Amino acid sequence: MEMWFSEFHTPDVKHSIRVNRHLYSKQSDYQRIDIFETPEFGRVLTLDGNVMLTERDEFIYDEMITHVPMAVHPGIKDILVIGAGDGGVVRELTRYDRVERIDLVEMDPQVVEACRTYLPSNACRMDDRRVHIYFENALKFIRRCEESYDLIIVDSTDPFGPSEGLFTREFYGNCYNALRKDGIMVNQQGSPFYAEDANAMQRSHMRIVSTFPISKVYQAHIPTYAAGYWLFGFASKKYHPVDDLNSEAWNALNLHTRYYTTRLHVGAFWLPAFLEEMLQEVEGK
Amino acid sequence: MKTGNFQLDQSYAPIYEALETFRKMRVVPFDVPGHKRGRGNPELTAFLGQQCVGVDVNSMKPLDNLCHPVSVIQKAEKLAADAFGAAHAFLMVGGTTSSVQSMVLTACKRGEEIILPRNVHKSVINALVLCGAIPVYVNPEVDQRLGISLGMQREQVAKAIAEHPNAVAVLVNNPTYYGICSDLRAIVKMAHDAGMRCLVDEAHGTHFYFGNGLPVSAMAAGADMAAVSMHKSGGSLTQSSLLLVGPNIHAGYVRQIINLTQTTSGSYLLMSSLDISRRNLALRGRNVFHQVADMAEYARQEINAVGGYYAFGRELMNGNSVFDFDTTKLSVHTLDIGLAGIEVYDILRDEYDIQIEFGDIGNILAYLSMGDRAQELERLVSALAEIRRRYQKDGSGLLSQEYIEPEVVTSPQEAFYAEKISLPLEQSEGRVCSEFVMCYPPGIPILAPGERITAEILEHIQYAKEKGCSMTGPEDPEIKQLNVLV
Repeated sequence: MEMWFSEFHTPDVKHSIRVNRHLYSKQSDYQRIDIFETPEFGRVLTLDGNVMLTERDEFIYDEMITHVPMAVHPGIKDILVIGAGDGGVVRELTRYDRVERIDLVEMDPQVVEACRTYLPSNACRMDDRRVHIYFENALKFIRRCEESYDLIIVDSTDPFGPSEGLFTREFYGNCYNALRKDGIMVNQQGSPFYAEDANAMQRSHMRIVSTFPISKVYQAHIPTYAAGYWLFGFASKKYHPVDDLNSEAWNALNLHTRYYTTRLHVGAFWLPAFLEEMLQEVEGK
Repeated sequence: MKTGNFQLDQSYAPIYEALETFRKMRVVPFDVPGHKRGRGNPELTAFLGQQCVGVDVNSMKPLDNLCHPVSVIQKAEKLAADAFGAAHAFLMVGGTTSSVQSMVLTACKRGEEIILPRNVHKSVINALVLCGAIPVYVNPEVDQRLGISLGMQREQVAKAIAEHPNAVAVLVNNPTYYGICSDLRAIVKMAHDAGMRCLVDEAHGTHFYFGNGLPVSAMAAGADMAAVSMHKSGGSLTQSSLLLVGPNIHAGYVRQIINLTQTTSGSYLLMSSLDISRRNLALRGRNVFHQVADMAEYARQEINAVGGYYAFGRELMNGNSVFDFDTTKLSVHTLDIGLAGIEVYDILRDEYDIQIEFGDIGNILAYLSMGDRAQELERLVSALAEIRRRYQKDGSGLLSQEYIEPEVVTSPQEAFYAEKISLPLEQSEGRVCSEFVMCYPPGIPILAPGERITAEILEHIQYAKEKGCSMTGPEDPEIKQLNVLV
């Protein structure tokens, strides 16, 4: 018997993973949620047929979206996490003793429930006493916040589904308003490779640039995402992601990581020529 | 299956069903349209889809004929009449403009008077240009804070009827663009008592026929004719519409009037969209519009919680000029954040990729419908919150929109066809205008053919232009010149 999960990265490119068992499938109010068990990638979470994470490579994404801002801003205590119902981001953040509060706003309670059951290695810290989970629309939640957070992490799905509102100027503006004077917003910024993804990435970069005084993009290699090449946005009111990196302080914490290092931190902001061009194209507008 | 309070089985959609059957018959076309199910125009087919161009067909026996319906179109019209509680319904393919015009042309002839509020859509006055009837305007009350025209007061209508006993009809907006309703039942009674017809422009009121807790519909209020924009809240394709008539109107005469100006090649895309939408409204409309009203109510609360904005609702009701309010409408007064409605409208589009229905001097209107979802509403509210944060300023220098009472000098038809000259705007004061001037949308005339140009009107036009309103009507697209009577 052969069983494969396939995802179209473009109408002409398909990425397939062999499946052992289909563990979970449910249509929630917002999306279809599936969890597969696979020989190569371990368990795989998909939303509306798009891979969100695999047990094998989630560490890359979750480390890069958390440790980069944490190593730059020494005073991060109050954090807002948007999306990330699987718990991977929360797991990384709870490793820091200085963190006092993590508000997690996830639209879909069903995602959290499924991950608690089938992806315990991600959801393992969701019951940490510092974590508060709100099942709400993120735009609505954040409209009411003013100078309340040091860090906002936007761990959304791609910009064509129910998360579309998290790639908009109004959302970034509301984030700016919700951050303290030295606050940082980090978001998953999609892939710059295939045309449609690249276009969405440019549009959201343009909106962030027009909202925050400092706005940089950094990259990571994530095998199961489109083109295996992923970007994150670093938007900030005060701290520069490289100039203000405090390597010694972060290394003194002795956190064991598998992808992130303070050396890679610096390198991740050095972008290939085609990407630099794409970003410059919209930064002028 | 009998559904709701209808006499007929509303689960049928005869035009749609006939088109499905027709598709399966694989009839070889040696008739128009010449694209022949799209084969002759592959670029168009690629763009619109085979499914769509495959049913862009001509009238023929199995599909009936819109000019003289005897089979499936007739059945669809009977189902529509049943669904809307009318004696007869006409499927219209020239927009609600064509419904409004057919209504006015049915009721009025050359030289006859028609009583109507000044905040009518231009299609009404266009119909007067066509038929030569004389408008008798009832001044709508104006809400001073919002700067919008409200409904007609009963006393004002009674006064107009008393002063013009020979008028043949009273026309009512049900509701206005902003969702405001006059006391339709009382106005129908006054008109009928005086031997006049009551015509209702329901371009923004399709859903009244299928809602709980919504204002009364024209047919339920006993009106004689109603123009219903199915393509707005009804969900059908742009340009499709319905004309409804009550039992005292001769349907055969209305058909003749419609055929004066309607195409003989009625689009089956438009007609099938009317058919399918009518079925949907009859079967599910109550539930659908309940949800839309809930969404609008939620948005009002959230927008009012932002501060500065005023999203208005049923609290405007005063028993007369605001007899009822359509709670599915989402209108927001913006002057208190220091921005004109048109400015907020432009910022929403240019910076937030949000297109709303219109912005005028003091307000914006976001059109909510069966196609909306909570997540888009959140975007709209958040964008408004952002606009306030980024742009809020002192609004004391902003004009609000005053109602300007028109002075009708000649009939719209006479003015339209009279000899005229073109004058620069600033030299036109005191002259009689021969053309329309309006902001579009909402398409309510500031000046109509036959009306005196005053300093106040010129100031209003200048201000609306400065604020970026899209002005239409005059021959000169830049509205630097106006045509006036010699």
